[in-house]
Amino acid sequence: MTAIEQDAPATADLAVDPEELARARRNRNEKIGQWVLPALVVIVTIFVWDRIVAVNELPHYILPGPGLVVEALIEDWGMLSDSLLVTLRITMGALFIAIVGGVGLAVLFTQSRWVEMSFFPYAVILQVTPIVAIAPLIFIYVDNRMVGLLICAWIVAFFPILSNTTLGLNSADHNLRDLFKVYGATRWQKLRYLQLPSALPYFLGGLRIAGGLSLIGAVVAEYVAGTGGNASGLAFRILEASYRLNIPRMFAALLLIALTGVIIFAILSLVSHLSLRKWHESALKRET
Amino acid sequence: MADGSEASPAPVGEDAMLSRPKLLSMSHVDKIFGRDVVALKDMNLDVRVGDFISLLGPSGCGKSTALRLISDLIHPTGGRIKWEVEKEPGSLSVVLQEPTLMPWATVEDNVFLPFRMQGKSKRSVISDIEEALALVGLEKFHGAYPRELSGGMKMRVSIARAMVTHPKLILMDEPFAALDEITRFKLNNDLLAMKEKIASTVIFVTHSVFESVFLSDRIVVMAARPGRVIEELTVTEPYPRTEDFRTSADYAAHCRRASDALKHAMELGQ
Ligand SMILES: Nc1ncnc2c1ncn2[C@@H]1O[C@H](COP(=O)(O)OP(=O)(O)O)[C@@H](O)[C@H]1O
Ligand SMILES: [Mg+2]
Repeated sequence: MTAIEQDAPATADLAVDPEELARARRNRNEKIGQWVLPALVVIVTIFVWDRIVAVNELPHYILPGPGLVVEALIEDWGMLSDSLLVTLRITMGALFIAIVGGVGLAVLFTQSRWVEMSFFPYAVILQVTPIVAIAPLIFIYVDNRMVGLLICAWIVAFFPILSNTTLGLNSADHNLRDLFKVYGATRWQKLRYLQLPSALPYFLGGLRIAGGLSLIGAVVAEYVAGTGGNASGLAFRILEASYRLNIPRMFAALLLIALTGVIIFAILSLVSHLSLRKWHESALKRET
Repeated sequence: MADGSEASPAPVGEDAMLSRPKLLSMSHVDKIFGRDVVALKDMNLDVRVGDFISLLGPSGCGKSTALRLISDLIHPTGGRIKWEVEKEPGSLSVVLQEPTLMPWATVEDNVFLPFRMQGKSKRSVISDIEEALALVGLEKFHGAYPRELSGGMKMRVSIARAMVTHPKLILMDEPFAALDEITRFKLNNDLLAMKEKIASTVIFVTHSVFESVFLSDRIVVMAARPGRVIEELTVTEPYPRTEDFRTSADYAAHCRRASDALKHAMELGQ
């Protein structure tokens, strides 16, 4: 017994496959790299940016240094954070309507080929027409500025959800469809227990795209809408700052928009991962 | 048959088979796809309660078509399929070549499916689900997801789902064709045991002579182009059948007969 125990460490060492070890190392390195490398890029970029501004003595109305941008961010935080909230509200509102409208339309489409044939082309037309071309019209007919912005952002965001969900609802396994039929499933049961779960991964893929698009829609719509008064979002702050040649504030607002986009994407990716991790291929960790 | 002399509670052999009540009858059933693909021509089959029927034939001879007709997924071009007993929800189950499980649902929820379609609550049928899972030896896996199971285990779940409602008729379309031979033998043995326990009737599609002889008491041999029944064989060996049957002389003799019939079917279908 003791002899075996003494031998154990040696055999254990031998038992470890060098390939296995190399893979573990590679995995670990990759995980660290995923965070460290982008962080390094940011640090280097900020440093180079700062040096370029300092060495060339660039005036702040052409290119402010990173320090000035941070200063603007802190000084104007009251105004910028209000605007951020406005932009966020439009973005979230548009995304919400895009989800409800996109999924609702997709379900309607899969219930009737005729409805799909009649309306799908118009969904495509709405999607391929640039929002900046439609927006002025919308603001003519819609009095409430907030509603107009929501409509614009929704038009930009809903299509990926609609098309992905439609595809997903139609992609339910054929054998499973037959099985449901044999067991006498009603239309509702088929939708609830077969088509909606089948569509979930597709929907979540569309959702991640739609999240980014609703932010873009919210920003673009506000550019088009122009003057805003006190309930203005970040896009209006950028416009306003550019008229006043307040370049640091422009950068600060831009930074907030970019950060918002990243956070939305990260949250939706997390939601997607959490809802699929138990069963879907995309969420499974595989040895490669 | 020599076995007929053995003391047995019920009559065995062909007479016993014929004395069982009818479950379903197919008379002069044709199925034509499109304009001229005759998938099935003039099929006549009386399914009796307790039968284990194998449909044996080369690929393309209309075996799957026959099952799809019986399960009402498609409708005959001509002829009639009639249930001789009352068909209620849960009277019919199918098992396909693929396990066809819902990947997003646990083993338990997959087995629950036929009841769910009947509008029953899980709580009211949980004991049936547990019983079905025990029948296939997967009671410990009720909370697992399909991806966590091996191919053989997935097929067991599929079988449990088919048996959970104690159906009058189970249709199986080459359920074990994709499995390795060891798993297939094991599942063949278990399937017979399960069938006895829930006292059901089975129509089993296969293109394996050995499988059809081991499992069934009636082998319906089919030929292709057009798909049709050319011969029916009976395997009078009484149930329960065990591994011993596989190595017996009777089994070899039955296999030879079935092989010859299949060879004939292949020649006809050229
Ligand atoms: N939906 C269909 N449309 C057209 N032809 C079909 C269809 N289903 C089956 N067939 C044809 O019918 C014949 C019998 O098919 P099938 O019943 O699947 O055979 P098996 O299951 O015995 O291999 C084949 O020639 C096949 O190509
Ligand atoms: Mg087939």
